[in-house]
Amino acid sequence: MITETTVLNPHKWVATYADYLYAYAIVRINDQDTAKDLVQETFLAALEKVDRFEGKSTERTWLTAILKNKIVDVYRKKSSGLAIASASKAAQEQDEFFEEDNGHWKAAYAPQPIAGMDDQDPLLKKELNSILQKCLQKLPALWNAVFTMKHIDDAATENICAELHVTPANFWVIIHRAKVNLRACLQKNWN
Amino acid sequence: MSYLNKIIYNCKQATFLIEKKQLGRLSFREEIELRIHLAGCGMCVLYNKQSRVINHMVQQLFQDSLKNELKLDDAFKADLQARIEEGLGNK
Repeated sequence: MITETTVLNPHKWVATYADYLYAYAIVRINDQDTAKDLVQETFLAALEKVDRFEGKSTERTWLTAILKNKIVDVYRKKSSGLAIASASKAAQEQDEFFEEDNGHWKAAYAPQPIAGMDDQDPLLKKELNSILQKCLQKLPALWNAVFTMKHIDDAATENICAELHVTPANFWVIIHRAKVNLRACLQKNWN
Repeated sequence: MSYLNKIIYNCKQATFLIEKKQLGRLSFREEIELRIHLAGCGMCVLYNKQSRVINHMVQQLFQDSLKNELKLDDAFKADLQARIEEGLGNK
C-alpha cells in the first residue's frame, strides 16, 4: 500500500507513484505510449509546481489531479477535428438500431439475453469482460471520454460538459448512444 | 399516432430516459412516460437490466486494471527519476 503523505518528496516520486499513475492513465487512454508520456509530463509539471503545494491533499492525490488534467487535454485533442467526423458517423449508425418513424427497436437489434451477464461462471464473465474492453475501444473518442469520465471518475455532468466543450443536451445524447452501442456490441460478439 | 402510442412504441426515447435516470434525474413527466413504456415493453425492461450490469462491469473493469501487473520498465523509470533530479538541481 502506498503511504499517504502530505509532504512532497520528489526523490521518491518515480519509485512510489510511477506505476500507479501509469495504470491510472492507461485505463483512461488505452494507449501505452501516450500513457508513458503522460506520466513523464505529470512529474515534470509537478516539479514546476512544487513551491505551490499547500499540503492540503496527499502527495498521491495531488499528482493524480495533475495527471487527470493532462488526460482531459488528450480527450479534448482526440475529440476535435477528425474524431468529430467519426462521432457523427457512429451517431448515424446508432440510428439504425431504432425505426425512424416511431423509434421502435429494429428486429435485428432488439435486446436479447446475454448469457454471460447472468451467469456466475467466472470463465464466462472473463470472456464477457474481454469483449466489453474491445467494445469500449470501438467507441468514438469523444463518446469514450464522456463515458469514462462519468462512469469511472464519477465527475459532475457540468464539469464534463465544460471540460470537453459539449452542451448538456449533447451530453445525454452521447451517454445514451454510447450505451446503446456498447450493449449492441456485446450482444453481437457474444452470441 | 396518439400521444400514448408514441410513448408505447418509442424505445429510442425510453432507452434515452433509462440512461438519464441511471446517472441523473428525470422530470415528473419523463418518469411517468418511462413507467408507461416499461409496463408494456419487455425489450426495454431487458435493456434496463443489461444497461445496469454494463455499468457495474465497466466500473469493475477499471478497478481491476488499477491492480493489474502492468508496470513501467525500469530503464524508463531510472531515466525519469534522473530528469526529476536534474530539475531539482536547477531550482
